[in-house]
Amino acid sequence: MPTPTDQDQSDLPTPRPISIVRTRGDRVFRRLATGAGLATFVILALIGLFLLLEALPALKDQGWKFFTNFEWNPPPRGTTFGIGAVMYWTVVVATISLVIAVPVSIATALFITEYAPPWLGRPLTSLVDLLAAVPSLIYGMWGVLFLNPRMIGLSEWLSTHLGFIPIFEVHNDAFGNSAFVGGSILSLMVIPICTAVMREVFSQAPAGEKEGALALGGTRWGMIRAVVLPFGKGGIVGASMLGLGRALGETIVLALVLSPSFLISPRILERGANSVGALIANNFGEGGSGLGLNALMAAGLSLFLLTLVVNTLASVVVARSRSGQGVEI
Amino acid sequence: MATSLRARPRFRRAHRRDAKPDPTARRPRRFTRRDGAVLAASAIASGSIVWLLYERILPFAGIQGFLVLWFGTFLAMYGLAVRELEGTLIAKDRVAAAAIGGVSLAIIVPLLAILGYTAWRGAVYLRAHFFTETLEFTGPEDPATSGGGLQAIVGTLEQVGIAAMISVPLGVLTAVFLNEVGGRLRRPVRVFVDAMSGVPSIVAGLFIYIILVVRADWGFSGFAGALALTILMLPTVTRTSEVVLRLVPGGLREASLALGAPEWRTAWNVVLPTARLGIITAVILGMARVIGETAPLIVTTLGNTSLNANPFDGPQDALPLRSYLLFIQGVDNQVNRAWLYAFVLIMLVLILFVAARVLGARRVGGRGERRRTREPSLDPADGVVPVSPAS
Repeated sequence: MPTPTDQDQSDLPTPRPISIVRTRGDRVFRRLATGAGLATFVILALIGLFLLLEALPALKDQGWKFFTNFEWNPPPRGTTFGIGAVMYWTVVVATISLVIAVPVSIATALFITEYAPPWLGRPLTSLVDLLAAVPSLIYGMWGVLFLNPRMIGLSEWLSTHLGFIPIFEVHNDAFGNSAFVGGSILSLMVIPICTAVMREVFSQAPAGEKEGALALGGTRWGMIRAVVLPFGKGGIVGASMLGLGRALGETIVLALVLSPSFLISPRILERGANSVGALIANNFGEGGSGLGLNALMAAGLSLFLLTLVVNTLASVVVARSRSGQGVEI
Repeated sequence: MATSLRARPRFRRAHRRDAKPDPTARRPRRFTRRDGAVLAASAIASGSIVWLLYERILPFAGIQGFLVLWFGTFLAMYGLAVRELEGTLIAKDRVAAAAIGGVSLAIIVPLLAILGYTAWRGAVYLRAHFFTETLEFTGPEDPATSGGGLQAIVGTLEQVGIAAMISVPLGVLTAVFLNEVGGRLRRPVRVFVDAMSGVPSIVAGLFIYIILVVRADWGFSGFAGALALTILMLPTVTRTSEVVLRLVPGGLREASLALGAPEWRTAWNVVLPTARLGIITAVILGMARVIGETAPLIVTTLGNTSLNANPFDGPQDALPLRSYLLFIQGVDNQVNRAWLYAFVLIMLVLILFVAARVLGARRVGGRGERRRTREPSLDPADGVVPVSPAS
């Protein structure tokens, strides 16, 4: 492409256009690799498609009421079913887990990147990652037998002294197996995910700005507040949403810990909560075939779409933020 | 400016304290003996107050409440004490450091509680014949030491093995695509991989249940479970390998291309061998991610108390699945047996986890690679997200 300067000095040689001729091996290689990349998309699309196909009879049967009905009585037992209450509890439990997990994750990520000496920071990183490697089933069993009984005291105390706030109210002394207990256990599983992303983000805070803040006489906390936290805002939001996606999809822990409830109530300390995953796991055996199974598929489809939206948003938020450039989530 | 600052008493006080030994320099982050004393005194005082409050005035059951309250009171008290001695600015800094340090070290407590509780409940029932016998002839009334877990161990190994055989080539190839081939599809593929890592495990199970168990009329089988695990393992393998491939020095690639090697030769003979340790780490992390999955197996492999070594035919067992099925029976012996299974499972996870750490701690490239000023590490702590919790 001749530019004005080229025309002025037309005696200068113009660069030869470079054309890439790939060998046949390379063309196959590129197609193969691209195919592998697209396989992820195909699998996701197939999951959505087949769940939709199986869910359609149930969705047709109930119409939009599927999303607003509270009770779950599919054909062998009854005629109305919907995931209104189950979805409500899924979101409540996930929110409780985030309320606990996000501050803890921010603190841990800051401690590892800004405070801890290497001899402490590296083992701590390993231990937090180990928390992620513990199978969810073991969280569930531990939650039922170890944590649940130990949370009753705390729940009682909260409801006695803060019971005037609706969410801490408890009727009929039904403590334990509550959304609060479920959310607490989930928070342990969410913390490693959030911490890993936040740690990455904080570690990329520009050293020049950090040193500038310290050189101006700022304390370490002042430097963190002025540089690290504003820099990592996008990463914090993205990491929290990623944690939310995980918490929404959790199955086994909640199937074991929660005592299923199909009523909406704001009382998070009271026995009874639910989650879509737990609903499917608990009802799969007796769902048998026909509309009962279709109903479970419809619940699975709703869960799939919800987590897909949350996770994709999280991925985009992290990638778009200033701090998230090059951060893997 | 300087005089107005010096006129503020808090600054003068803070200055004078450290100025005694060396009037020219004050080390801003020095933690003196007096600072330690203030810290200890605040901890003891707040502990005593909370104990009084907790034991005498507001009856309260459970130790976590006590610890939480103690920590909160300690922070408040420590803040007030430092503020009195050093000024508001320093007090905020110290309180933030104490809060951040305390909270992050507290995470270790639940981890130890989980590992310790599992070992305490499960290890006592472990006998050598656990690895040679099955649960076929064991009833719910038999003690937890009777019978074994061979059928579950075989099932888990086969399912995770098949999942690895499918997801490793696919995942590594996807990572090669993201890192070596690229192009317009690169960004969307990365978003898909992220989205896939968030697919709830029960949904992956339902999907395989629909296509394999129902539509293909194959029935429940270990292979169905393996495919469900593949869906969950694929994103972990892809993202971890991608991070590792990115650490391979660009100079190696360019040298290979400049010598006339085609791209696929460069990828196969230069990039992948350089990153082999990291890729092994990625595979192990992926296996650790799925070995404890229970939810997808409930709907795909169903469970089987007798040994079924053929993953393609008939229901198969798995360690987490059997543990879950035993646990929900609620009978004492079965619950104990569930803990035994859980203990064996967590030992497997720990072995995988330690193996990944040991391999990952090595450096990129093996023998013969030139020293670089700062060699990138394969340690997952340096940028790879850990094994995600089973969802």
